[in-house]
Amino acid sequence: MDFARSSDPTGTTVRPARPWDTTDTDVYLRRSVQFAVKLLVVGHFAVGKTTLVGSMSEIPPLRTEEIMTQAGALVDDLAGARDKKTTTVAMDFGRLTLNDRLVLYLFGAPGQQRFTQLWRDMTRGALGALVLADTRRLKESFDVIGLLEEHGLPYAVAVNEFDDAPVYDLGELREALDLLPETPLVRCDARDRRSSARALIALVEYLMEHPRWQPHPLEYM
Amino acid sequence: MTAARRRKAGLVRPYVVTDGRAYPSRNTLDLVTLLVAVNGEPLTGLSPEKRRLVELCRPGSLSVAEVAVHLELPVSVTKVLIADLMDSGHLVTRTPIPPARPGNGRVLQEVLDGLRALL
Repeated sequence: MDFARSSDPTGTTVRPARPWDTTDTDVYLRRSVQFAVKLLVVGHFAVGKTTLVGSMSEIPPLRTEEIMTQAGALVDDLAGARDKKTTTVAMDFGRLTLNDRLVLYLFGAPGQQRFTQLWRDMTRGALGALVLADTRRLKESFDVIGLLEEHGLPYAVAVNEFDDAPVYDLGELREALDLLPETPLVRCDARDRRSSARALIALVEYLMEHPRWQPHPLEYM
Repeated sequence: MTAARRRKAGLVRPYVVTDGRAYPSRNTLDLVTLLVAVNGEPLTGLSPEKRRLVELCRPGSLSVAEVAVHLELPVSVTKVLIADLMDSGHLVTRTPIPPARPGNGRVLQEVLDGLRALL
C-alpha cells in the first residue's frame, strides 16, 4: 500500500478549496474593486448580529474561527504549547459591494471582555460599530459598549425588535443605556434588509457628522 | 473538545502549517486586506496550504478573512502564510484604506450612498 501510494501521481496534487467547485462570480470580488472598508456589528449573545450580517450580505455569511487561550491571548499552540486550554471563537462576517471600487465587510463580533486580542484585530481599521441591543436584556449591552469606548471606536445603537420583546420609548432606552445625546439610537429588524440598512445609515451619518482623528496603525510602520 | 471539532481542526496542527511561527513576517495585514495572486509565479516548493492559498486567489480577489474561511484555517495562521507568500512574490495586496477621519469623508459618503441605494 505504501509503495502504491508513494508512486501515485495524484498524491502530490493540491486539494482544491471549495470556491473552485462553485462559480467564481459567487465567491470573488468584482475585478474593479479597489478598496475594502469594515464595520462591526456587536452585541451580546443571541442579539441578532449574524442575522443582521446575513440580511445585508451578498454572499452567505462566512464564519472565521480563531483559537484563543482561556485567558484570551492569541493562539499559543502555534508556538507549540499544545497542552494549554484553548477555546475557539467564531466570528461571522458578510460582504456588500457598494460600488465599482468599494466593498463593505460587516463583522459580527462577540462581546466578551476576555477576547482582547481579537478585539484589537477587529477594531483596527474599522470605521465604526453598530451595537445591537435587546430590550429584554439591556444590561448585557453595557459590556460591549464599554469595550467600544475602550478601543475608541465610534458607534451607534440599534434596538433589534424581537416580536415578544417589550417596546420602550427611545428616550427611556437612551437613558437606560446611558448614551451620550449625540449617539444615534434607532430601532431595527435585523431580519429585514432595508431596516438593517437604515440602522447602518444612521451609523455612517453619525461618523460623517462627528469626524474624529484616529491614528491608523499602518501609518506608523 | 468534541470529536466534531477535532475533525474540523484538521489533522495538521496549526504550528506545523506555519513552521512553528505565531506571527506573520509583516504586520500590515488586516481582516479586510484584499489579496490578489501574481500570475505566472511557479508553485514549486510551496507547502500544500500555501499552494491552495495561491490557487484560491488566482480567479479573483478576496479578503484575508475570506481566504481563512475557504482554507478552513484560523485567521492568525492564514496571516502567517499570506505574509510568506507576499515575501516570495506570489501574492500582492491592494492598499487598505485608513479608518474614519476628516480626510475620509469621501469614503464615508460612498458607503452612505451604497447603503441608501438598498432602500
